[in-house]
Amino acid sequence: MIVYRYLAECIFFGFIALIFFGGLLTVRARLLMHAVLGLAVAFIGVAGLFFHLGSPFMAMMQVLIYVGAVCVMLVFGVMVGQAPTRTGQPRLTGHNRQLAAGSCGLGFVLLTATLVRTRWAAAAERVGDFSMQHLGESFLHRFVLAFELISVILLIAILGAIIIARSPEEKTPS
Amino acid sequence: MMPSDNLTTYLVIGAFLLFVGLYGMIRHRTLIGMLISVELMLAGAGVNFLAFNRFTAPDPAVGQAFTLFIMGIAAAEAAIVISLVIAVHRRFHSVDPQAIDDLRG
Repeated sequence: MIVYRYLAECIFFGFIALIFFGGLLTVRARLLMHAVLGLAVAFIGVAGLFFHLGSPFMAMMQVLIYVGAVCVMLVFGVMVGQAPTRTGQPRLTGHNRQLAAGSCGLGFVLLTATLVRTRWAAAAERVGDFSMQHLGESFLHRFVLAFELISVILLIAILGAIIIARSPEEKTPS
Repeated sequence: MMPSDNLTTYLVIGAFLLFVGLYGMIRHRTLIGMLISVELMLAGAGVNFLAFNRFTAPDPAVGQAFTLFIMGIAAAEAAIVISLVIAVHRRFHSVDPQAIDDLRG
């Protein structure tokens, strides 16, 4: 049994490596298409972390929504917006880029130091479990208003996206 | 204790995603590139929510529901931003944020 545990740990580090390289590819890519590819890789790593955090449902949703829908939409946006071979010019000059990288790295180090020093207290008692059934009941009882509002927001977003992206000279048929 | 059973590991990964996204937002000079970086930061927020949900929250359904709501909002936001980028590209023939300085309507 201990073998499986170490195997799961190795897979966990594999997912962390996916997030790391995907994130770095996303920000360092010269082509926007490569950046979208890195984003998809990082999202798959995040889905693996969700699996380790005890919610396979969220892992599946992450793959389905982010990798399946958002990344494909971004690819379309890249291909419509500009030729995929063109780089994102103009870029930052050397000095500003070092400044940005330095301040982001410093922020990461400071936040990590704070996180490592903090002692998080777990809840005294836990109600419910990680099962799909409990999650579904929470959606339809406790969070039913937010759940329905999300549907309305998605509908409005889709309608708004269609209206905004429609060509202005195109007339409605009525 | 294994690293995958430790809350701090997940929080550090979330912080990494946040600052990588921030750096990408500064570095990418196109609207789509900035949108990609924002998606990275949102993924970091999702990791944080599920990590706290797993280790400290009293009810495990709360964090999962909230993360699912984040995903829904992020998908809607990506759809709207991409349609805005298409509209901006049609009007200005560029997706460089520096070129969009025309407010005549």
